[in-house]
Amino acid sequence: MDFDPNLLARLQFAFTVSFHIVFPAFTIGISAYVATLLLIWARTGADRFHRLARFWTKIFAVSFAMGVVSGIVLSYQFGTNWSRYSEVVGNVVAPLIGYEVLTAFFLEATFLGIMLFGWDRVPAWLHVLSACIVALGTAISGFWILSANSWMQTPAGFEMRDGVAHPLDWVQIIFNPSFPYRFAHMMTAAYLTTAVVVLSVGCRYLLANRFGEDARTMVRMAIGMIAIVAPLQLFIGDQHGLNTLEHQPAKVAAMEGHWNSDEPVALSLFAIPNVAEERNDFDIALPNLSSVILTHSWDGRIKGLSDFPKDERPPVLPVFFAFRIMVAIGFALIATGLVGAWLWWRGTLWETRWYLKTSSYLWPLGFIAILAGWIVTEVGRQPWVAWGILRTADASSPVTTGSLVISLAMFVVVYCCVFSMGVYYINRLINRGPDPSIIAPPRQGAPNRPLSAAQDATRGAIAGGPEPAAG
Amino acid sequence: MEWYLPLAWGWIIAAAVAMYVILDGFDLGIGILFPFAKDEHERDQMMNTVAPFWDGNETWLVLGGGGLWVAFPKAYAIVMPALYLPVIVMLLALIFRGVSFEFRWVAKPNKSVWNITFAGGSILAAFCQGLILGGLIQGVDVQQQPDVGPQFAGGAFDWATPFSVLCGVGVVLGYALLGATWLNMKTDAEVARRSRQQAPMLLAAVLVAMGLVSIWTPLAVDRIWDRWFSLPNLLILWPIPLVTVGVAYLVWRGLENGREIGPFFGSIVLFLLGFLGLAISTFPYLVPPHITFWDAAAAPASQIFAGIGVVIMFPIIIGYTVLVYWLFRGKVRAGEGYH
Ligand code: HDD
Ligand code: HEM
Ligand code: HEM
Repeated sequence: MDFDPNLLARLQFAFTVSFHIVFPAFTIGISAYVATLLLIWARTGADRFHRLARFWTKIFAVSFAMGVVSGIVLSYQFGTNWSRYSEVVGNVVAPLIGYEVLTAFFLEATFLGIMLFGWDRVPAWLHVLSACIVALGTAISGFWILSANSWMQTPAGFEMRDGVAHPLDWVQIIFNPSFPYRFAHMMTAAYLTTAVVVLSVGCRYLLANRFGEDARTMVRMAIGMIAIVAPLQLFIGDQHGLNTLEHQPAKVAAMEGHWNSDEPVALSLFAIPNVAEERNDFDIALPNLSSVILTHSWDGRIKGLSDFPKDERPPVLPVFFAFRIMVAIGFALIATGLVGAWLWWRGTLWETRWYLKTSSYLWPLGFIAILAGWIVTEVGRQPWVAWGILRTADASSPVTTGSLVISLAMFVVVYCCVFSMGVYYINRLINRGPDPSIIAPPRQGAPNRPLSAAQDATRGAIAGGPEPAAG
Repeated sequence: MEWYLPLAWGWIIAAAVAMYVILDGFDLGIGILFPFAKDEHERDQMMNTVAPFWDGNETWLVLGGGGLWVAFPKAYAIVMPALYLPVIVMLLALIFRGVSFEFRWVAKPNKSVWNITFAGGSILAAFCQGLILGGLIQGVDVQQQPDVGPQFAGGAFDWATPFSVLCGVGVVLGYALLGATWLNMKTDAEVARRSRQQAPMLLAAVLVAMGLVSIWTPLAVDRIWDRWFSLPNLLILWPIPLVTVGVAYLVWRGLENGREIGPFFGSIVLFLLGFLGLAISTFPYLVPPHITFWDAAAAPASQIFAGIGVVIMFPIIIGYTVLVYWLFRGKVRAGEGYH
């Protein structure tokens, strides 16, 4: 068989990065959740917050480990698979990644040690602080990597010299036009996704009559979060789309399945884009609605796909469908949040079994939406790897097809084995649930207290025992 | 400026790689020594000595690779494709090693799979790092291409030579030495006793490997021969091997006398000396034998921007790294754990 090396490199990158993003999305969310739980515990002293924090920390540890190892692969793949890309945009993109390492990765990875193993070893305030630092580190990491990615989508603040990008203005590079939207949208996605997982886990326990108090706390916290964040995500996503229309019109045309520049844009609920004939089959559409959304006028026009040269159009089908999946999930989550909040307000939440039952199955939705969203973004920018600067076809490494086939096969096998085991273990931890026997340490070291607890640091050097937790 | 910046970045990357080799070196070393542990308790004890640190240690690898891309994109774009397979296999091995830390605890009582992946991942990752080192030292086939400048032009297995295999074995032994002296310092009872037995043997083996590499490289490469055996270099550089032998002797004495801290730091110095020797052999080439530091340098604006980050962040990173090592100071005694 004859494989196109560029296609193999793309497949490999898409595969490894898609696996990666699942874990960061979750670790960004849980680290913030654990930090919140610990802060509440430090203020209120209620044991259940401490118990929940310990429980979610174990899950966090497993997810974090998978995020780290899959991330290291990516950082090297820029060179192994995209060496031309590394050269052409390296001057601009690489320093952003460098800052990510310096300001985020070291911070997360080092304080992780205290967060996971410091429960009985460091004063409570230092432990709570470490959890907050880890959460902050994950957010800083998102800041830089999304800045790098956004620059590839909407490059700014540079000039081309001898075919290589040279930086001119770092502020324009970092805060490039699509970055604020992408950063807000992705971080919100991570928090939302995690809230949905917490909701599902809480509902599972409630349906099984386990961990009543803890489970209710989880469900309440999650519903509160979803009810606020899911509608917010719709708003941010809409703004993001308007920004994309300005900078990457071909991507938006693909998202909308919009071919003809002379027609107002219909909101297509379902269709099968027919690329050969440049129209949609089986179209179920609300006329003019997308014109209203995108141009704020009833029959506003945007450029249709047919008016882009064929070699500047992204693949339409994945972009079109992925966009619909993401938005549908977005609306489903808005409904979940609002219905939950309403039931809670009515005081019937704990008796409404259909809601608990449905919610207990929702946990994958956020992850699916995130993957779908990235497919829209990344496939939608094809054929460019860096918009207007470098085509994906010109970005790959001089590596033999054989090496690419072997490595792709190894990645598929290893990732499927290792990461499915990880997910299995996370599920096992969830089935086991919070450990009721854990007793919160005295809080004399709560964040606003002085260093008096420092002696505690050496107390009972590490309580041993057979407790199997990673935390 | 255009002359000093690449040199400064050369030092930064050398520092990152040295930190990686030392810090992840003893982590990986513990994985390499894992098969020799007698039971689960000993393995728990060994793993617990690094559990709070390994992730921070591994981050130096990201800085090494990322730093190379930041400061020398051209070199990054040549080296990574040239060493494609060893790099990918190393990354996969590090996946197995890394997840084992967490999975092993969760999988209780069925840990055995994750014992194997931990040991196997560590050994394979260390071996691949040696292959990468060897592949670099022996040189990479680079050719000038129209429009795009110098590119890697060799085959998929250019790195696979007896020399790089020797380097691979050398790195495995060296990490095992670091791991053994670390365990000697951080554990007690049976684990510490065994590591005291293993360390001198590993020390001897490391010296042999270092000696072989030191003889092989000048004989195989004229440039390296000239570097070491011409005047006045001969006089300036020869203290390095002599000091190496001296340090090795001190490590050996320290182990004999039951010292705990000395041998570990002595092994680190040994590593640094080996590193220095290799740096002297290859300078000014970043990708021997064609691409120098200056050929591969990023735009000065990029090197400066990222350099500011390094100058500000390095002391902070070192600061909290020291904090964590200090918080988890002391021995991990048999039967104890952080879990
Ligand atoms: C918005 C979030 C986000 C996105 C889009 C990415 N990552 Fe990531 N990455 C993280 C958020 C994150 C994180 C939250 O910081 C992680 C996840 C789990 C973790 O341990 O840190 C992480 C870990 C992580 C690590 C290991 C860090 C360590 O040693 O501690 C590396 C090297 C990368 N990533 C590199 C990448 C690359 C090259 C990406 C793109 C191609 C990428 N990540 C996408
Ligand atoms: C983490 C979430 C991400 C996901 C799920 C994702 C997904 C994808 C997919 C599906 C492709 C293949 C597109 C195609 O070839 O048709 C791709 C390509 C690529 N992505 Fe991303 N991406 C993510 C983030 C990033 C980030 C943050 C960067 C860089 C900073 C990045 C850089 C690249 C590069 C260099 C390619 C290869 C060239 C190409 O095919 O265009 N990606 N990604
Ligand atoms: C509710 C309605 C939503 C709208 C209107 C919306 C809109 C968009 C748009 C237009 C893009 C593509 C931007 C571009 O590439 O230029 C995008 C990307 C993305 N979406 Fe959404 N989105 C919605 C919901 C969600 C939800 C619920 C999630 C996840 C929980 C999500 C996660 C993502 C991610 C991860 C990306 C890729 C990264 C990025 O470009 O920000 N979205 N979204």
